[in-house]
Amino acid sequence: MKEFKNFTMNFGPQHPAAHGVLRLVLQMDGEVIKDADPHIGLLHRATEKLAESKPYNQSIGYMDRLDYVSMMCNEHAYVLAIEKLLNIDIPDRAKYIRVMFDEITRILNHLLWLGAHALDIGAMSVFLYSFREREDLMDSYEAVSGTRMHATYYRPGGVFRDLPESMPKYEKSIIKNKDELKDLNYNREGTLLDFLEDFVSRFPECINEYENLLTDNRIWKQRTVGIGVVNPERALELGFTGPMLRGSGIPWDLRKKQPYEVYNKLKFDIPIGKTGDSYDRYLVRIEELRQSNKIIKQCIDWLKNNPGPIMINDAKVATPNRENMKEDMESLIHHFKIFTEGYCIPEGETYTAIEAPKGEFGIYLISDGANKPYRLKIRAPGFPHLSALNEMCKNHMLSDVVTIIGTQDIVFGEIDR
Amino acid sequence: MQDIISKYITEPYDLILDSDIVTLKINKNSLLKVMTILKHNNELLFTQLSDLCAIDYSMYGESEWETSEATSTGYNRGIKSKSHGRIKFGDSIKNKDNASRFCVAYHLLSIKKNFRIRVKVYLDNNEIIIPSVVNLWSAANWYEREAFDLFGILFEGHPDLRRILTDYGFIGHPFRKDFPLIGNTQIRYDPTLKKIIYEPVDIEPRVLVPKVIRENKE
Repeated sequence: MKEFKNFTMNFGPQHPAAHGVLRLVLQMDGEVIKDADPHIGLLHRATEKLAESKPYNQSIGYMDRLDYVSMMCNEHAYVLAIEKLLNIDIPDRAKYIRVMFDEITRILNHLLWLGAHALDIGAMSVFLYSFREREDLMDSYEAVSGTRMHATYYRPGGVFRDLPESMPKYEKSIIKNKDELKDLNYNREGTLLDFLEDFVSRFPECINEYENLLTDNRIWKQRTVGIGVVNPERALELGFTGPMLRGSGIPWDLRKKQPYEVYNKLKFDIPIGKTGDSYDRYLVRIEELRQSNKIIKQCIDWLKNNPGPIMINDAKVATPNRENMKEDMESLIHHFKIFTEGYCIPEGETYTAIEAPKGEFGIYLISDGANKPYRLKIRAPGFPHLSALNEMCKNHMLSDVVTIIGTQDIVFGEIDR
Repeated sequence: MQDIISKYITEPYDLILDSDIVTLKINKNSLLKVMTILKHNNELLFTQLSDLCAIDYSMYGESEWETSEATSTGYNRGIKSKSHGRIKFGDSIKNKDNASRFCVAYHLLSIKKNFRIRVKVYLDNNEIIIPSVVNLWSAANWYEREAFDLFGILFEGHPDLRRILTDYGFIGHPFRKDFPLIGNTQIRYDPTLKKIIYEPVDIEPRVLVPKVIRENKE
């Protein structure tokens, strides 16, 4: 019989299932993967080095562009690290706003993941459903920060501004008549919190819709059950965090174990998987959607009843009020100083991690007492996940590579940094 | 934690306690021994390597804005030293402290004890080589490749020490402080040669805000 040698195949970087710019060099034995070598770095922008040449506040915007589907969570880790080195405590209202937007971000991320993952495996319609709900959340991003994605909303010392009192509405046009407008704007009459309250009440039913499409779907199960199994010991050794670790059955969540902001005051549960395969990770993420929804509800209730400051009262860190600047010399000086020089952070170093939608997002910040970071290291959750791709893919079929890339929730902004 | 560490680690070490994480400073010769204890000891169990990164300390504490006094003719802008944002290819910058220019920092997490620790190892500029911890934590594989790529630190015993983030055929280690922020080369498509070519960068280095170190006066 004729001997067959392994076959080398290139996958990506321009491939719709590569979730960005992943290049994989696959060693194939027939249709079975023998070795997968990811080539990354095609989106490397040296964010960490750029941050070293800028005052602290100017790098917040770069954080959004790391994991560009969970924008505010990245900002959160960065501003928390700065706050830790500055040794400041922020107002409660700012904490609740941050937690609420972290969870909104988690839903945004998981919805995109769900849609894209299902699309990769062949279920077209889930994508359309999940983007329907994403739109509402993007609108709330826009209402609060002015942009739909790269918000730059969190600031050291609090958040940029308080929640808006009114929601932007759809306007009349040639394709939208009065009745349609009324339907579109029915939940936009009140404040942002009213809008989100309406969303939170609708969302559990939406999750049921996604589950109807997938959870008992025979094709979905055939494509995900038993694919990319990682046992708990290996998951720890490979540096897995977030749903990837919980899918393997380890109940580890920084929101519970090392609570930051107000997570210790909120009620929510940590879902874990059993077998550590792609299907379990899917179930974990679906349950996280429900839990995030619950957290948002609690935050809305608190925020409705507790008005207050959203920024600390420290002129060295927080930008002064516009009105004061017109009359008060000192405010003008502080404003000038913050925007031309920034603030200096005392010498020291910190590793601050938060539970981002994809896992542990850490910022290792070293300050030498200057107005710029001396070294900023971003610990992106996707980086160790992708490094385990070879191990997870081995002896699976070629089509399962797509499932495994999907289940890892890969985003290249954070992996390449 | 302090007691447990002093009980089990016999190698020389420095323990730094600040508001953040316990930092353990060790010598590179004792790295593997200490790491094995940290991972396998039943009272420590640092089963997860959260992060591994390198640091270049060659410009630590250097301020660009050093003015002695305001003159009668105007304020002295006083930009003296050159940070990586201001240098170009070919500019020489002196590295002050060779004995501990580079540092490799490991962040370990113990899920059982819910505790983090930072392990730091300083490296001599003339001997940038350190044992690899890949055999203890598989997660170290790519982190070490990254530290090699960006800082040029060699990890002894690493199975596959290739560049990871930079371009194929890249020269230099971009995150070192003496590597210019604007880079050394740029690429473009050359219509006459009908291929992509590399050429020296033609943009001017520019930093909008100088680095300033100020004591916080209350």
